[in-house]
Amino acid sequence: MPFGNTHNNFKLNYKVEDEFPDLSKHNNHMAKVLSKELYGKIRDRQTPSGFTLDDVIQTGVDNPGHPFIMTVGCVAGDEESYEVFKDLFDPIISDRHGGYKPTDKHKTDLNFENLKGGDDLDPNYVLSSRVRTGRSIKGFTLPPHNSRGERRGIEKLSVEALTSLDGEFKGKYYPLKSMTDAEQDQLINDHFLFDKPVSPLLTCAGMARDWPDGRGIMHNDNKTFLVWVNEEDHLRVISMQKGGNMREVFKRFCVGLQKIEEIFKKHGHGFMWNEHLGYILTCPSNLGTGLRGGVHVKLPKLSTHPKFDEILNRLRLQKRGTGGVDTASVGGVFDISNADRLGSSEVSQVQLVVDGVKLMVEMEKKLEKGEAIDSMIPAQK
Amino acid sequence: MANSFTRMMSGRNTAVILASVGAGTLTSGYFLCDNTAAAERRKLYPPSADFPDLRKHNNCMAAALTPTIYGHLRDKTTSNNWTIDHCIQTGVDNPGHPFIKTVGMVAGDEESYELFAELFDPVIKDRHNGYDPRTMKHPTDLDASKITSGMFDERYVLSSRVRTGRSIRGLSLPPACSRSERREVERVCVTALSGLKGDLAGRYYSLREMSDREQQHLIDEHLLFDKPVSPLLTAAGMARDWPDARGIWHNNEKNFLIWINEEDHTRIISMEKGGNMKRVFERFCRGLKQVEHLIQERGWEFMWNERLGYILTCPSNLGTGLRAGVHVRLPMLSRDPRFKKILENLRLQKRGTGGVDSAATGDTVDISNLDRLGKSEVELVQLVVDGVNYLIECEKRLERGQDIKIPSPIPQFRK
Repeated sequence: MPFGNTHNNFKLNYKVEDEFPDLSKHNNHMAKVLSKELYGKIRDRQTPSGFTLDDVIQTGVDNPGHPFIMTVGCVAGDEESYEVFKDLFDPIISDRHGGYKPTDKHKTDLNFENLKGGDDLDPNYVLSSRVRTGRSIKGFTLPPHNSRGERRGIEKLSVEALTSLDGEFKGKYYPLKSMTDAEQDQLINDHFLFDKPVSPLLTCAGMARDWPDGRGIMHNDNKTFLVWVNEEDHLRVISMQKGGNMREVFKRFCVGLQKIEEIFKKHGHGFMWNEHLGYILTCPSNLGTGLRGGVHVKLPKLSTHPKFDEILNRLRLQKRGTGGVDTASVGGVFDISNADRLGSSEVSQVQLVVDGVKLMVEMEKKLEKGEAIDSMIPAQK
Repeated sequence: MANSFTRMMSGRNTAVILASVGAGTLTSGYFLCDNTAAAERRKLYPPSADFPDLRKHNNCMAAALTPTIYGHLRDKTTSNNWTIDHCIQTGVDNPGHPFIKTVGMVAGDEESYELFAELFDPVIKDRHNGYDPRTMKHPTDLDASKITSGMFDERYVLSSRVRTGRSIRGLSLPPACSRSERREVERVCVTALSGLKGDLAGRYYSLREMSDREQQHLIDEHLLFDKPVSPLLTAAGMARDWPDARGIWHNNEKNFLIWINEEDHTRIISMEKGGNMKRVFERFCRGLKQVEHLIQERGWEFMWNERLGYILTCPSNLGTGLRAGVHVRLPMLSRDPRFKKILENLRLQKRGTGGVDSAATGDTVDISNLDRLGKSEVELVQLVVDGVNYLIECEKRLERGQDIKIPSPIPQFRK
């Protein structure tokens, strides 16, 4: 049976004051929104699969704050969570996604031909290009809540779908629990292998249960297309390659995703999506496109320019270290990606990355020549 | 205030009555929230779909759990909605431990041990050397006056300590408890402890409200416990909502100490430097009895039954929940190849001086009783007293160049 704090009815015997978490030292989106009144209003609800308010917020209660980023502090346990706990999720979504309203509609556009340019980012600066997203499979609960049986069901469906791909997508699935040492070493060397989550943001939400049961990695023979099964989301789909040809990366991403979606639909299990929130994923921060398109780019001069952060802001981009979200930059090389997920389409988000990175590389070249870049600073996108 | 208290009282009394009536009324079980979605899910995922993969596991739960047992238990829930999946999650997530064979399951409430007896009983038998909860009774004896030769040679024994745990009947255990239940445990205990007098009088330090100065003081005195990092505990859900309703109480002398809402509702510790184990145990028993009396005055009691003794979160601590031990210098004996066998026959275990997850290195080791269930507190402490005295004798003989003997093994349970 799905896991979770299922003794909700029993807890209702206790007063709201006694059950309300102490969030006085907390700094995450959930803590900003959840008042005692709101808690009292929605604590008796649960989704059809039994996910409760306490299940939603446990990770935010257990993790008061993060040194580099403002965390969300809550997760969904199934597709219905976003509906049943609207009163909590809507203000958090608005806060996290730039004022997105409950009545707003999200546009999905996975037509790679709509992307302009993107095949000419200077490889002397842009070391690698990558696009990732997540997908949830309809009819199953999400990683914080699912049972072993469900997780294995997701894996089985995924393996069938992924191993039936052909052409440039032809590849192999490696289940984590029966991986040989040689396979493991190879996947580590290729920077493909994901490990058991250690971040308490994830473990407190119950996503690491039963590890490594039902988890695995599929990648194509060319090592440019990669799918993680049952890590933080049902599926994480990644397209990547060395150099600056983001256009090619995005094309492979769109084509691959669409092929996979067709196969899942044929089995009666399409992806979770609706016209308000776009693609439904475990963490509210990934709603909409769930897309993070980015590059590893050398910007040693620009990154020390006093206006660097402002430039990124205006371009609607964010910086991370080359180890990912929880790291700092090394050697002037930054991971630059889109900041937005919800309220704009995949094509427009990747377009922002392509245009923004191109501009920043030109700025870097100017700074190398000792010239000023003030006239190049863009208006707010 | 009165209304909520009355409601609390009636809720607790119902739970107390249910718990004391015992197994029979509850083993028929409650089925999970009977909505159609849950029923559909049960059909779609029979127990075989959810049975954990334990092929690489080495803990007591993995050794005992069969698909048949899992099939019988999967859809049952205690009155707090605690399930077998909740009980075993820590054992599924933690295949093994480098130094000890772990139990691999926990109880969420007193009822767990009854409702899921089909799995708990063989695990208890495995962990407690053949103790059969179905046929045997556990003796409780907290009369410290019975201890003999309880004063160790202080050239060898550096410190003495006795600990146990107690659970408050009617409230869920740390893996399962809600925030309000946990806060209730804290209220019940702090109120009771404030009634202690004389050498036991002391004060409470809430983890959440502790000042930096207080925190440093408690760290310096080696009294402070921190948020559990061991995945054995975090995977069982015991670290949720940290540090809400957690705290430490200690008497003014700092030799009687109580942890609130760490791995159990309460952990009670009596300790002091030196080798006066008899005095440590005497204070332990006296303190325990007084605390029990103080909570009973307000209508509460400890979880206990005659099959399993004191009910605690981890099955390894059932019975007495008691670990009596010393830090003792045994430079020669600890390097002797016969050391392991001597300890085994004396029913003692060694740990590093950092506790259960540390390795024993150097001259000083932590020596304590192996057993918890099937022997009384007095018997176990006497066993430690006699055993440690024997170890010290061996060390002295080795110092003098004399030979030592492996003692014959101490018998298990009285029939």
